[in-house]
Amino acid sequence: MRITTTVNGARREVDDVWEGESLLYVLRERMGLPGSKNACEQGECGSCTVYLDGILVCSCLVAAGQVCDRDIVTVEGLSDQQGLHPVQQAFIDCGAVQCGFCTPGLVVTAHGLLARTEHPTDPEIREALAGNLCRCTGYEKILDAVRLAADRLADTPAGSAGRLR
Amino acid sequence: MDFLQPRSWSEALEAKAAHPDAVPIAGGTDVMVELNFDHHRPAFLLDLTRIEELETWSFDNGRVRLGAGVTYSRVIDELGRLLPGLAMASRTVGSPQIRNRGTVGGNLGAASPAGDAHPALLAAEADVELASVRGTRRLPLTEFYTGVKRNALAPDELIAAILITPPSGPQQFCKIGTRNAMVISVSAFGLALHPERKAVGTGIGSAAPTPRRAYEAENFLAQALDAAGLWETRATMPPELAREFGNYVRSAASPIDDVRGTASYRSHSLAVMARRSLSWAWDDYRRAA
Repeated sequence: MRITTTVNGARREVDDVWEGESLLYVLRERMGLPGSKNACEQGECGSCTVYLDGILVCSCLVAAGQVCDRDIVTVEGLSDQQGLHPVQQAFIDCGAVQCGFCTPGLVVTAHGLLARTEHPTDPEIREALAGNLCRCTGYEKILDAVRLAADRLADTPAGSAGRLR
Repeated sequence: MDFLQPRSWSEALEAKAAHPDAVPIAGGTDVMVELNFDHHRPAFLLDLTRIEELETWSFDNGRVRLGAGVTYSRVIDELGRLLPGLAMASRTVGSPQIRNRGTVGGNLGAASPAGDAHPALLAAEADVELASVRGTRRLPLTEFYTGVKRNALAPDELIAAILITPPSGPQQFCKIGTRNAMVISVSAFGLALHPERKAVGTGIGSAAPTPRRAYEAENFLAQALDAAGLWETRATMPPELAREFGNYVRSAASPIDDVRGTASYRSHSLAVMARRSLSWAWDDYRRAA
């Protein structure tokens, strides 16, 4: 089947998509966007988290046909020409990345949290990240990164909302 | 495989009538796992995410008519006060990403004994509305579950909505698992007190072939509260009454040993959850006076 949809602000069209494949497969294998990671394929790990019409979802659990004429933002769509998004920079600065496999999903999920909540409490951060598994870095550094990103976003002139899509 | 994407409810019912083997998909949190792992290759996928009326809730003769496609996130955000038991259960589902996609209708369609919505809906005495090109019927949820992951849907039917009466008393939900997030319950329990008719509702999850109510426990507690005048006085709950209620709930279960837990642990945890949720609900009832 043919899939026409918007990904990171650009109209994308792909043909010969198998009806049962996931949005994650379409992104990685058909659109050349390998940022979203394929780990569990059952919604347990959050490594494939993307925005679908502004809502955080596991792209492995979205059927390709369900995204026709929807709006998708992947981790590739978070940075802009000025450079990395503050959430991405905070992950680097805090050492919140080791093997890096869970990182794209955590970055998108943290981005979503900070878009809704300017200064999340620790329980709010833990709850927001509960669907993203990391097996090596350790969650402490990841929590540090989210706190740092929240502080930096709050310090930007437009506040956190101004720096987020 | 064919992908059917009806734009309206009548189109969806026609598609299901024409292709009774079509697998309905909404949030995909169950169906896509089956596809990703090659456990299932249906001839047709019937996408229900383009049907607006499935994603709305409204009032229907004093009850909430919850469209089958309303997600757990929306139940939490929009229905916490009207459907407190279901909202509590919804907060325990998966993770934020799963709650953003998973739907209450999907929980019923899958009819897993471990589905988190079932105990809360059973305790609230919910009905389910099923539809086909032949018409619409409503049946009590207790008649909907027919076996392990089996339900009363005819091959040409789809789940349209769930009907739930907003509570006249407190509701509680408990779930046991190995961690707080992303966990399939080892056992679960839903409780609703209905003071306006001096009745009690219960729901047991993950401890029988289907979600089920604990009728004897409900009757025991309702009569004991009545006999002691507690519905009126709202006096302290006697601890032995709560314990006895827990024992009745335990007897209503017929759990098995499986990868998530043993039958004996399921029985024990159910008795504990029933006792605790009753004491929490009773505290709520006393405070509401």
